[in-house]
Amino acid sequence: MSLAMSNITRRFGQTEVLRGIDLDVAKGELIALLGPSGSGKTTLLRIIAGLDWPDAGNLSFEGQDWLLKTAAQRKIGMVFQHYALFPHMTVRENIAFGLTVLPRAQRPGKAQIAETVQRLLTFLQISQLADRYPSELSGGQRQRVALGRAMAIEPRVLLLDEPFGALDAQVRRDLRRWLRSVHDSAGITTIFVTHDQEEAFELADRVVVMNGGVIEQIGRPDQIYDHPATPFVARFLGLTVELPVVMKAGRAEAAGFDLTALPRRALPEGPATLFLRPADIQPVADPAAPFHLTEISSTGALLRVVAESDSGCRIEAEVPRRDGHGLETGMNVSLCAVAGQIFPGLASQRASSPVAAETTPHALKENRL
Amino acid sequence: MTSVAVAIPRSGRTRRVLPGFGLTMGLTLSYVGIIVLLPVLALVLKGAEIGPVRYWEIVTSPRTLAALRLTVTAAAIATLFNAAYGLLMAWVLTRYCFPGRRLLDAMMDIPFALPTAVAGLSLTALFSANGWYGSILAPAGISVVYTIWGVAIAMSFTSVPFVVRTVQPILEDLDPAVEEAARSLGASPFTIFRRVIFPAIQPAFLVGATIAFARSLGEFGAVIFIAGNLPMKTEIASLLAMIRLEEYDYNGAAAIALTLMLIALILLALSNWLQSRMQRKGGVT
Ligand SMILES: Nc1ncnc2c1ncn2[C@@H]1O[C@H](COP(=O)(O)OP(=O)(O)O)[C@@H](O)[C@H]1O
Ligand SMILES: [Mg+2]
Repeated sequence: MSLAMSNITRRFGQTEVLRGIDLDVAKGELIALLGPSGSGKTTLLRIIAGLDWPDAGNLSFEGQDWLLKTAAQRKIGMVFQHYALFPHMTVRENIAFGLTVLPRAQRPGKAQIAETVQRLLTFLQISQLADRYPSELSGGQRQRVALGRAMAIEPRVLLLDEPFGALDAQVRRDLRRWLRSVHDSAGITTIFVTHDQEEAFELADRVVVMNGGVIEQIGRPDQIYDHPATPFVARFLGLTVELPVVMKAGRAEAAGFDLTALPRRALPEGPATLFLRPADIQPVADPAAPFHLTEISSTGALLRVVAESDSGCRIEAEVPRRDGHGLETGMNVSLCAVAGQIFPGLASQRASSPVAAETTPHALKENRL
Repeated sequence: MTSVAVAIPRSGRTRRVLPGFGLTMGLTLSYVGIIVLLPVLALVLKGAEIGPVRYWEIVTSPRTLAALRLTVTAAAIATLFNAAYGLLMAWVLTRYCFPGRRLLDAMMDIPFALPTAVAGLSLTALFSANGWYGSILAPAGISVVYTIWGVAIAMSFTSVPFVVRTVQPILEDLDPAVEEAARSLGASPFTIFRRVIFPAIQPAFLVGATIAFARSLGEFGAVIFIAGNLPMKTEIASLLAMIRLEEYDYNGAAAIALTLMLIALILLALSNWLQSRMQRKGGVT
């Protein structure tokens, strides 16, 4: 185990920002901290970097207690959310900084520093920018320089705070692939913070979902996507349809729904809540069914369909437009769920929506049961 | 003036978004013209009237030279002190939280608010042989009153807020993440100051120091009481100009005043040039 955290707790005044974080990171792993804004991701990253200290808990790296070490002693490469480049230094000087401030005895010679910087510039594909100042760079270019500056000191762990947060969509995608390739060829243990689920899933070996200062789930992207462990994770991953169901012999049942495609679950008989992605709900024409279509709108690739039942239940579904030509408003449909996640008990829709949970972390604990 | 400014948005291709350009610009320029440029122009014209040969004679006369030398030297001492002290003060005010910080912050402006003559009188009282400070310094053989040190102290008193007030906002606006970046890259606190913080505040620091120097060159009220005004010894240039005026020697007064102004202008130009050089290097992110 290269980096180990246990029970990390951090309080700012009365607010508990981190409430007992346990996390182990393997050598060479690429980890994503995923969570809504305010969930404590930056705070955790800063504690790992040695820029902040926990009120309780342990942090060790390869057996050494890192809470006894300063930021400089830890040899961390940190990429800040807004890059924090040195504005009055050129790209070259920015990248060289970490090497030039080493104690004289350890400091490489001038020529050697220049060579290291040149190698990084080439590696990060920014050689042509070497003599520019940060104010003369685009967001994506600053991002690369910030990474180069962090990598120059050959860090043991690389930490990136919302590395793509301030960039536009196309640059984000390009940089994401590029970062993955940089990680794969440099092999540095890396933790990056994001609130973008797609980004976390595409890039990371393992994803850590955080909310209100606690870890909700740790797992491989597919694992988390298929089996969200808590209602919060389910909602955060886009399972926005919450359907009250009744469990009978391990199967969920709801009026007007065909739920036979869902696997059996070992849950107690009685009320439960089924979380569904709109895209995993298929309307099927059925004259006897209680649902009828009230709205159909197109986003180009998808048809967004709203079905309402006589009892006032309103369900949104997404159908590929190609498969949806038979659908018309007013027609009666039954709804077939092809995938979903069931949690025991009735999760009340309002109190436990991700936004509300962020402001009242306790609501979440309660409905996790 | 006004009609031209108004005509631009109508016919030209540059359309101004902010209204009121004509009025505000017109007012500003009129003000600058009447209050600032006209007196300066009058001074220059008066100087030109004297003619270069006579001007040179006046300025290089021993008494004038001594006065100019004293003024520039004392102003330099005061500025060096204020630069260091002002930087320290700005640092303390922005970086640390302590009881009384706001009070200290407000106190920084007292030298601006106090009539300089009052400052001069109280400094003289403090440093005279039986004053609070003077009674301690005198036995040690240090006399401040009626020496260049007295002049420098009076000058530094009236110009101390300049460096503090120019550097303080820059320090407040510095992105803490930049310092944290330097820290995580292994830089010591001193290295962070030298290589990250100081380059950021350097232009403002320079401006503050330059204005403090220019102000010290012209300081009158605070200095004349503590200086003693012995010709050739502790007589400052602006006092000498005043004496010439009283002697109805308008040429002499104008020549000295013009010289003081030239020194200040050269200094301001130098500081502007240094600044623009640094700005080209750094730029704003
Ligand atoms: N220095 C601080 N002082 C007080 N509160 C803080 C401080 N830093 C962070 N917080 C609070 O801690 C919470 C989590 O912040 P942060 O770790 O930045 O979240 P995230 O990075 O996930 O958006 C926020 O509610 C924030 O207001
Ligand atoms: Mg953050």
